[in-house]
Amino acid sequence: MNLLFSYLFDAANWSGPTGIPVRIAEHLFYSVLALALGAVVAVPLGALIGHTQKGGFLVVGIANGMRALPELGLLTLLVLLMGIDLLPVTIALAVLAVPPLLAGTYSGVRNVDRGAVDAARGMGMREWQILTKVELPNALPLVLGGLRAAALQVIATTAVAAYVSFGGLGRLLIDGLKSLDYSQMAAGAILVALLALAVEGLLALLQRAVVSPGLRGGGKRSPTAEITRTDSTEQIPETAGATP
Amino acid sequence: MIEFRGVTKRFADGTVAVDGLDLTVESGRITVFVGPSGCGKTTSLRMINRMIEPSSGTITVEGRDVMAGDPADLRRGIGYVIQQAGLFPHKTIRDNIATVPLLLGWKKPQARARAEELMEIVGLGPEMAGRYPAQLSGGQQQRVGVARALAADPPVLLMDEPFSAVDPVVRENLQDELLRLQEDLGKTIVFVTHDIDEAVKLGDKVAVFRTGGHLAQYASPAELLARPADDFVDGFVGRDRGYRTLGFLEQDVPLGALTPVRVGATAGDGWTLVVDGEDRPIGWVSSQGVVEEAAIIPGGTLHPAGSGSLRSALDSALSSPSGQGVAVDDGGRVAGSISADAVLAALAASREAA
Repeated sequence: MNLLFSYLFDAANWSGPTGIPVRIAEHLFYSVLALALGAVVAVPLGALIGHTQKGGFLVVGIANGMRALPELGLLTLLVLLMGIDLLPVTIALAVLAVPPLLAGTYSGVRNVDRGAVDAARGMGMREWQILTKVELPNALPLVLGGLRAAALQVIATTAVAAYVSFGGLGRLLIDGLKSLDYSQMAAGAILVALLALAVEGLLALLQRAVVSPGLRGGGKRSPTAEITRTDSTEQIPETAGATP
Repeated sequence: MIEFRGVTKRFADGTVAVDGLDLTVESGRITVFVGPSGCGKTTSLRMINRMIEPSSGTITVEGRDVMAGDPADLRRGIGYVIQQAGLFPHKTIRDNIATVPLLLGWKKPQARARAEELMEIVGLGPEMAGRYPAQLSGGQQQRVGVARALAADPPVLLMDEPFSAVDPVVRENLQDELLRLQEDLGKTIVFVTHDIDEAVKLGDKVAVFRTGGHLAQYASPAELLARPADDFVDGFVGRDRGYRTLGFLEQDVPLGALTPVRVGATAGDGWTLVVDGEDRPIGWVSSQGVVEEAAIIPGGTLHPAGSGSLRSALDSALSSPSGQGVAVDDGGRVAGSISADAVLAALAASREAA
């Protein structure tokens, strides 16, 4: 056991230009870049298809097709085509981010209450206002759910950047393998897992902060919401919207 | 005023939803579109704010062709209430109501103040302002829907089966409040329903649509009940229309004398009305002797003397255990008795006068 953790707990590995903090920073940098590129492609496309309710088959096709791509093969191919550069790495990783983001945005927008959308249009909102003021805010829980899934997958896979000579926590795996330093490899694996969990936790907090309280818990009443209307015929059924 | 001139709507699949509709909706009145499903009533309503575009013919709102200009601008000037309320789940009640004022470019504090003003008008407590739609009952949500439609004070209000998703008691409440609101606001309201009772209750005028998008009859509720244009309307208006017609006849019924007694007093032979200390009716006793509280049989409906319809007069007589209806004055005090014969005589008199 100690052998396995020796790299991780050696203070010498936590400083310098190839120290663990730098590797974590690099890893996060590639991941964020890939997520951003994936979001720029997937969110507008998913929103458009969800809003127009046309081309839903595209979402399924694109998502499944991209999921089926072998990541390492794709990365190798892109690097061969484009040279050793950050762009092929980012693209290869963004391909992983697209399916969950696309599916989340599309189903989020498509499933917004049609009554609310009809009312929005009937009150004189323009199409882009319907999308940005009604559909996307209501789709936010699912969009962020897609982002969390994408982040998890991208962070776990960003290790492949090291395979084409970039940094990140993948360096620990590749370098450790080369020198048969298993504790270094173990450190890489553990740190990737911890990093993914930490980001997941942060995104969960973000979700709590940005999603409207009206969308949380599917109609649960806040404890302070005491019904004081005098009209006794209109009571909220106690069971309606009771959620765990 | 809203005018339909030769309006036809043919959908892409060839279905004709509305066929050559000519109709004038009067300003400041409630006009109800009623009919079975597939009769084109909702399509007709939705063509007014261009949610659906007519295939041919013209629709004008206050003289302006709805097809001219920008649809979003047109809709901002027309209130719109739909069946499921269609509130925005992510916005508070206050912000839901402030939607159209904000679209029109009002300042936020001004729009919110207007929203709170409207909450009061539609009978929602100020403590609701910060809540979300999911925390409200169906009836409360519908009130918010009405408030939201009224926020920018549009002259025209379109209501598409707004009360059909709430339970009957709440629905009646909402109907009464709509009538009360309309007395103050005087909007041009187009109201779609499949419920003929709702149509007759709310409408100043009722347009009955027949399957296939034809207008079968366009008349006042009283006219509709008294003289249905054809068998379709007759069948749609339904049973008891003769009785319901009485609801539109406000005619004085001669009141008979009553000698009510109080609890503890001595009642005579036959049915005797029992009243409380302020002459308000409590019920009837049927036996002679000292009136005991336990022996009182609950009375029937009460007819407001001088202001009620023949329907309420007849109902008071029919529902009373003694067969004698009780008319009361504004203070709820006994004004006299009503017999079914007197109501029928009054009806006959009104027929002769007509």
